[in-house]
Amino acid sequence: MFAQILIDGFAISALYALGAVGFSLMFGVSGVLNLAHGATMVVAAVTAWVVAGQFAANSWLAAIAGTAAGIITAFATYFLVVRPIQRSRSVPAAEKEIFVLTGTLLWGIMIQEAVAYFYTDNPKTVRPLITGVMQIGGVRTPTNELLIAVICWAVIGLLWLLVNRSKAGKVLLAASINPRALTILGFELSRVYLMVWAIYGVLAGIAGVLLATFLGASSAQASQLTASAFSIVVLGGLGSVAGSLLAAYVVGYLETATAYLISPVYRTIPALILLVVVVYVRPRGLLGRR
Amino acid sequence: MSGGIRGLLRSREIWIALAAAAVLVSLPWVASAYILGVLTIAYYFGVFAMSWDLLFGFANEVNFGPTFLIGSGAYAAGLLNAHGVPVWLCLLGGSAAALLGGVVLAVPALRLSGPYFGLATLVAVLLLQQAIIIFAGATGGEIGLTMNDILSADAITNYWYALGFMGVSGLILFTLSRSAVGLILQASGQDRIGASALGFNVTKHKLAAFCISAVFSGLAGAMLVFYLGTASVGTVVDVAVGVQVIIAAVLGGRRTIIGAAIGAIFLVLAGEALRPLGQLSTFVVSGIALLVILFFVDGLMGLLRRRREET
Repeated sequence: MFAQILIDGFAISALYALGAVGFSLMFGVSGVLNLAHGATMVVAAVTAWVVAGQFAANSWLAAIAGTAAGIITAFATYFLVVRPIQRSRSVPAAEKEIFVLTGTLLWGIMIQEAVAYFYTDNPKTVRPLITGVMQIGGVRTPTNELLIAVICWAVIGLLWLLVNRSKAGKVLLAASINPRALTILGFELSRVYLMVWAIYGVLAGIAGVLLATFLGASSAQASQLTASAFSIVVLGGLGSVAGSLLAAYVVGYLETATAYLISPVYRTIPALILLVVVVYVRPRGLLGRR
Repeated sequence: MSGGIRGLLRSREIWIALAAAAVLVSLPWVASAYILGVLTIAYYFGVFAMSWDLLFGFANEVNFGPTFLIGSGAYAAGLLNAHGVPVWLCLLGGSAAALLGGVVLAVPALRLSGPYFGLATLVAVLLLQQAIIIFAGATGGEIGLTMNDILSADAITNYWYALGFMGVSGLILFTLSRSAVGLILQASGQDRIGASALGFNVTKHKLAAFCISAVFSGLAGAMLVFYLGTASVGTVVDVAVGVQVIIAAVLGGRRTIIGAAIGAIFLVLAGEALRPLGQLSTFVVSGIALLVILFFVDGLMGLLRRRREET
């Protein structure tokens, strides 16, 4: 039982981490909380499912198509919803944040409803990338579950390299610290934002596809996915990627342990209570800067 | 704007509201029972949206969980009714429960700001939803709680109850928003430090706004379930219901109170009119709301106002 919780929790948490990291990066660099996050993941998942099913493509091709769909959705969100609000003259600066929140929320609902209309809201499961099972510590584990954890961590590692070791990444970092100074130094802020949305699209896309191969994804889950990314990011500290990773593991393990030890009915409750406590006691989150 | 009755009479909104009220009052003689039923629900939604606007438009606090207050009121009233308490006492109990819930939520939450406050209120809704499902024995869980009593079996009587309730709540909330309290709220929403430097107790005013919002939301929630005859998660607690309330207030025009009611009525009617589209109706309604947010920032009220200023 203990090993089971350890292994399942690890894979689920890795998936949570990947889903939340993009959300967190987006907020850190451009100050946008994208409430269409869950919908973006769902689009990626459903695209992978359609490509795998209707075109009888193999799982890897489907995964690539799904990720591409994630990127397209992210850009659509930016160009159709977020940028018009940010550039609007009639929205007072103090209220931009709430307008972006409401706008992306509505956009997310539209995506969700469109997906439900064309492909119903039944959960879509994509065939695993790798079949077969392994024995780990006496627990039968699908190899795919391990692969998901590995891919998640590889992508997060690549992101870390990109942000900390490349010039483009340093520009991103600078934008999150002081966007004004960056503009004065001659960097085009709008190009930085484009890059962030592209990275975000890749991360949300991969997370969506992996979710579809693991637990299955349905359009009805979109808001729940957004809520869990939002709470993980707040729990870890808004804008802190390391905090998001830590929080993803705390939430993932808490949920898995509750599901196995008490009952799946209570699955989300301890994490929610923890979130409330942390938000009240330490509003900046576990590793937040402010 | 010298506040009170004079400010009320001078503002344009009140005349628009009076004209609209005249139309709504005459409806029972012309409209079918079906339309009256749809409007009855729309009016309760109007109160939800107006209470939300008091918090958002004036205190500048984004409450992502209006349904925490609505649901507390609705379920408290429903549970009391299940134990044989008469309807009027249930309504009172519902409002009291919402007020209590509001205070419990607001006292710590008001220390937070921006997205944190929003998240705390959102989580409160999720917890309430879980609690209702866990204590399914008493609350009916996902199926819902059937009421012993209803407000009335007659569509026209129900229509009057809802319209009267919306009218009175709207008047109280609107007067409040135009009074000194409303101004202080607005000031503390826009510049917290500035307002407290002027000697206003910002937290006290925000708490008061939250409590007022809670009482009206709770009472409206309780009346809604007594109209429907059942209380269920899907109608008074679900996050999607809260989202509808928020869309209604922003669509109607924030910081206007009356706009929120107009937005809510528009939203419910649009949802009903688009029903033939089936699943796509939510898509279309959200799309319209998104367009309003992108291109007509001040919502439907803003459109009305602009037209009047041009002529």
